[in-house]
Amino acid sequence: MGNRVVVTGMGVVSPNGIGIQAFLHAIQNGISGIKFMPHYHELKFSCQVAGMPDFKWDSLTNYISEVTLHGLKGTNIAYGLMAALDAWKDSGMDFETEEPRWETGCVFGNSIADTEAMRNVINRVDNKEVKKLGSRVVEQAMNSGVTSYISGRLGFGNKVLTNSAACATGTQAILMGYEYIKHGYAKRMLVGSAEHVDTYVFGAFDSMRVLSRKFNDHPEKASRPMSATAGGFIPGSGAGALVLEDLDFALARGAKIYAEVLGGSTNSGGQRLGGTMTAASSAGVLRCINESLVSSNIHPNQIDLISGHLTATNADKQEIQNWCDALDRRGDNFPVTNSLKSMIGHSLSAAGSIETVASILQIVHGFVHPNINLDDPNPEITKLVSVDSLPVKMIKKEVNIVAKANFGFGDVNSCLILSKFN
Amino acid sequence: MTRQEILNELKKVISPYTTNKEMLAQINEDTDLLKDLKINSANLVDIIIDAEAKYDIEIDYDEADKMMNVGSCIDVISEKIGQKQ
Repeated sequence: MGNRVVVTGMGVVSPNGIGIQAFLHAIQNGISGIKFMPHYHELKFSCQVAGMPDFKWDSLTNYISEVTLHGLKGTNIAYGLMAALDAWKDSGMDFETEEPRWETGCVFGNSIADTEAMRNVINRVDNKEVKKLGSRVVEQAMNSGVTSYISGRLGFGNKVLTNSAACATGTQAILMGYEYIKHGYAKRMLVGSAEHVDTYVFGAFDSMRVLSRKFNDHPEKASRPMSATAGGFIPGSGAGALVLEDLDFALARGAKIYAEVLGGSTNSGGQRLGGTMTAASSAGVLRCINESLVSSNIHPNQIDLISGHLTATNADKQEIQNWCDALDRRGDNFPVTNSLKSMIGHSLSAAGSIETVASILQIVHGFVHPNINLDDPNPEITKLVSVDSLPVKMIKKEVNIVAKANFGFGDVNSCLILSKFN
Repeated sequence: MTRQEILNELKKVISPYTTNKEMLAQINEDTDLLKDLKINSANLVDIIIDAEAKYDIEIDYDEADKMMNVGSCIDVISEKIGQKQ
């Protein structure tokens, strides 16, 4: 069986709200965080809108020393630090400690260091000015930059590591932290993920022709998961973070408990049986979801809400088909399903952690957030499931169990089962 | 520039790299950058780079190794400024 694992703190930096209160208000009211990006217009990108958090660097002075902030250039690190430290504060723990916290670790994921910040490094080296780079480049270029800043600030002494599994990164980070606590390796894990889709990474996706390009004049309408007019995803940026704790450990310190992580799974379709570098194998997805149900010891009919991956590409239809097959629920029996990406776009590595924060808020506050821009659902999707299962307005409803999944390039999958704490 | 003038300017260069502002306000030539001002040793590189930019000088690696307290920093900087003139 193993230890029970609960969520005791959350933090978020999202294009439609920074901090839990602002984010909760945004997702309850269907507020879009997608904005027109004049710079992308100048650069002749096909997609000229993006989800960028309204982030102020100065606000980090409340979180880290001015010495640490001076020279911090990595936007992904800044987002991750803020979300992680907000989650920590929310869990009721102090920032300061003399001794390492041996019982607490960190799994925080990301995809790519801030390449805009790295451009300065490349320019200096090419200009034969390597001596002027200084001491702060390596720590921000390394993949473990985010985890290093978080763990250093809070003195974590347990497992500290960085995961990367493309768009499945966030859910995978949470699952890894959950497993360490479940199996007794750690009492507490700060988990999550961060992503800054900078100009160069954005450009690379733009060139793949997988981004939405027909709504540049109406940014808030551009991200349209499951819609007949969905024409690709909108890159988003941000971070989500959660404090996971062993249940007994959390109860002993009188911590507030948001929800329980019942189980989950992460796997790969092996880029076989229809799976490729960029497309998920249905066999792999079904296996991942089924393993999650088994590890959580729940029946598919107990799922009240699916927080889908659902990016607004032509993979949406196959994803709904996969959920139908994995749960053996379809038509009117299909669980209520939503995609946060309709409001904030697809924040790649950060998607899973931001969407998990949203899922837990829906459990805690008893609602299902709307799918905005779904006034024209894809008929191939409504052939599979009832249109009533894809709400376009917020529903007030008791939500006991959520299935949260993400699927990434490399044919990697991650699924979590989250529950109201009983 | 006098040694006192350089010391006053050096305070500004060092400031972003120490949280110990009280100690910084009262530094003298014997103040140790690591022990007294609790500057991370990795950041000494950044202080040297900032000093180079501020005084338009170049400090080579061997000279940089000497810059462990305020007095030795002033020695190196004043020597380099002297060589420019």
